[in-house]
Amino acid sequence: MNKRLDRKPDLFPHTFHEPDQPEAPLFTSVDDVSARLAETGYLASPAVATTVFLADRLGKPLLVEGPAGVGKTELAKAVAEVAGARLVRLQCYEGVDESRALYEWNHAKQLLRISAGRDETWDEARTDIFSEEFLLPRPLLTAIRGDDPKVLLIDETDKADVEVEGLLLEVLSDFQVTVPELGTVTATRRPFVVLTSNASRELSEALRRRCLFLHIGFPDEELERRIVRLKVPGLTEALTESVVRVVGALRAMDLRKVPSVAETIDWARTLLALGADTLDEQVVRDSLGVILKHQDDIQKAAAKLDLDAL
Amino acid sequence: MSTGADALADLADRLTGLVGALRAHGVRIGTGETVDAGRAIEALGLAEREPLREGLAATLLHGTGQRAVFDQVFDLYFPRGTGGPGTGPGDRDELRERLAAALADDDTALLRQLAAEAVNGLGGYGSSPGSDGWSSYQTLDRLRPQTLLARVRADVRARDGSGAEFTDRLLDDEIRRRIEAFRGMVAAEARRRVAERRGRDEIARRAVAPSADRVDFLFAGRDQLTELRRTVQPLARKLATRLAARRRRAARGTIDLRRTLRGSLSTGGVPMRPVLRRRRPVRPELVLLCDVSGSVSGFSDFTMLLVQALHDQFSKVRVFAFVNRIDEVTGLLEHGRADPEGLGARIRAEATLTGWHGSSDYGMALGEFAERYGAAVGPRTTVFVLGDARTNNLDPNVAAVRNLARQARRFYWLNPEQRSLWGTGDSAAPDYAELVEMHECRTARQLSGLIARLLPV
Repeated sequence: MNKRLDRKPDLFPHTFHEPDQPEAPLFTSVDDVSARLAETGYLASPAVATTVFLADRLGKPLLVEGPAGVGKTELAKAVAEVAGARLVRLQCYEGVDESRALYEWNHAKQLLRISAGRDETWDEARTDIFSEEFLLPRPLLTAIRGDDPKVLLIDETDKADVEVEGLLLEVLSDFQVTVPELGTVTATRRPFVVLTSNASRELSEALRRRCLFLHIGFPDEELERRIVRLKVPGLTEALTESVVRVVGALRAMDLRKVPSVAETIDWARTLLALGADTLDEQVVRDSLGVILKHQDDIQKAAAKLDLDAL
Repeated sequence: MSTGADALADLADRLTGLVGALRAHGVRIGTGETVDAGRAIEALGLAEREPLREGLAATLLHGTGQRAVFDQVFDLYFPRGTGGPGTGPGDRDELRERLAAALADDDTALLRQLAAEAVNGLGGYGSSPGSDGWSSYQTLDRLRPQTLLARVRADVRARDGSGAEFTDRLLDDEIRRRIEAFRGMVAAEARRRVAERRGRDEIARRAVAPSADRVDFLFAGRDQLTELRRTVQPLARKLATRLAARRRRAARGTIDLRRTLRGSLSTGGVPMRPVLRRRRPVRPELVLLCDVSGSVSGFSDFTMLLVQALHDQFSKVRVFAFVNRIDEVTGLLEHGRADPEGLGARIRAEATLTGWHGSSDYGMALGEFAERYGAAVGPRTTVFVLGDARTNNLDPNVAAVRNLARQARRFYWLNPEQRSLWGTGDSAAPDYAELVEMHECRTARQLSGLIARLLPV
């Protein structure tokens, strides 16, 4: 056996381990999830805390859906912070493919290597250029290699093409990736996986089956007040309550784009910057554009809230 | 030891019963998910009910649309308690008194308890086993929670101050929402009590309201139509994505054999470069003819809004409404003007839809369309007719439809009636179905499937 082949087995040492060693779970109970997420500044509703706890216990990926701006991506970041894990993020977009999601060979470097070693045989060169040194790992491969804890965030999964879902199926059900030249890489330590979706496309049933499903809706009044208090600490208690009530009323209306939590916080910040101490007609009229993004919506809301002509 | 095993077997039964009931409501759940649900119960324990609900929802469901059905079924299989509340049947006025106080405080736990007491005290009917039961309708009819609005408002104002504050103008709506929530609690409680009497499997299949996209358009109530309208925008976004994907695929084209062979002559007959067939860029146009009479109007309104939300996918969308005369309503649907709630009323007020009498006449309306707006239908146009084809035994004017179908690129008819009823009574559906493609379209789910398939790209 020649020297180079000898080196091969330790390219992916973990490949030959038994996969799926049970690890110490991240959380001890549902309340533990809420408490520790709250420490990082993420206030979780009971539904969110329960589902995160289960995703950790059952070792399944978590598919999070919900309107824009309710904290889907933030959830993944908060879990990573709590677990002391590295966040590996795959941002999906139309046309994302295997070489962006999984791995790619570094062609330029391979060419350099071939032209540098002119005197060796083809077999030797081939063995060498398809080794780990020339592999560019992309998020999915990165997430399942290595022994350190990781959180894999696959953001806006619905933006990716249907073909990418097929790719995700192998990764998410078995936590393994097949690189034809190297063999199959299996995770020794499963990452905590979060997929987010805005539901602009129906994800395939096969993908959904492999995940726990969590819908993050708008928070209830009590939770939203706590969020505003946490993010905009300077706002008075009375004003916080008024802001949350008005936003709640707007959400009940039939608007093209209802305000999300992100808009509530923006509005609270705006009011703080304006130095308002109570919510009155003038203030609301001046700042309605912060929470509503369509002219029709602003008109409709103004009619509803009895504001004078805008 | 055997009691522990019994309890476990009972829990497994409960879980499979829950899964069975959900499947009966069209939620697709595999065995793998049921096993996951079992593991979730194991991890969460049975001490608390709400985490259990969320845990089962996370493992069993795959989408948001199924959550309403799930919550109702869950309440039946994992009830909060059994039997009636400990307190005896209270007096109606005293109950109203306490309800008003609870609504003013927005105390959910107390409201739930009051719902249980109300069903127990006011909702029972019948005396012989087999015909007795609990009715949420009767409870609410006797309790009349909606009439408490003024009182609750006064209570809250008296407590919090004069009512000069800006947010006080929201108070009415907030109280209305609380009352609505209370009505939901009463309904859930009555269902639970009936299920104890009749067996929960049966009640879970019959008495649980289906999710909005499975509600029959012809039988949908006002609330369900409102809920459906809220799904228009997300649905349109989904359909637009699907249409765009179809368009991309179509643009890739197929091999043009003639030109490939012609090109291969220069390489000695070997087709080195395949030539793809070029597609002519078409600018699809859409014409919608909607029956807006009576019960069909819920279906027409929904479809009109959906097509309008998709308008940027087409070069031109024209919408016509008819009862027995036809008029163009495209302008009424424009963005900014389209207040979805009042759409039907506005169409009936501003367009000329009837003459002589008020019942629908497809023959007359379609004939008038061919006469007045015939130019709207050309070789690039796809026409959709929405209606049940019940023409009150008047002449269906098959000739007009035949001519229109000949002029148009595609001509489809979406019928909100179930197929087995076509041709019964005054339905002229079979006559039209001979000439044009007619599809049954009873629910929002069917409609989105059809639109994704039939719309031109």
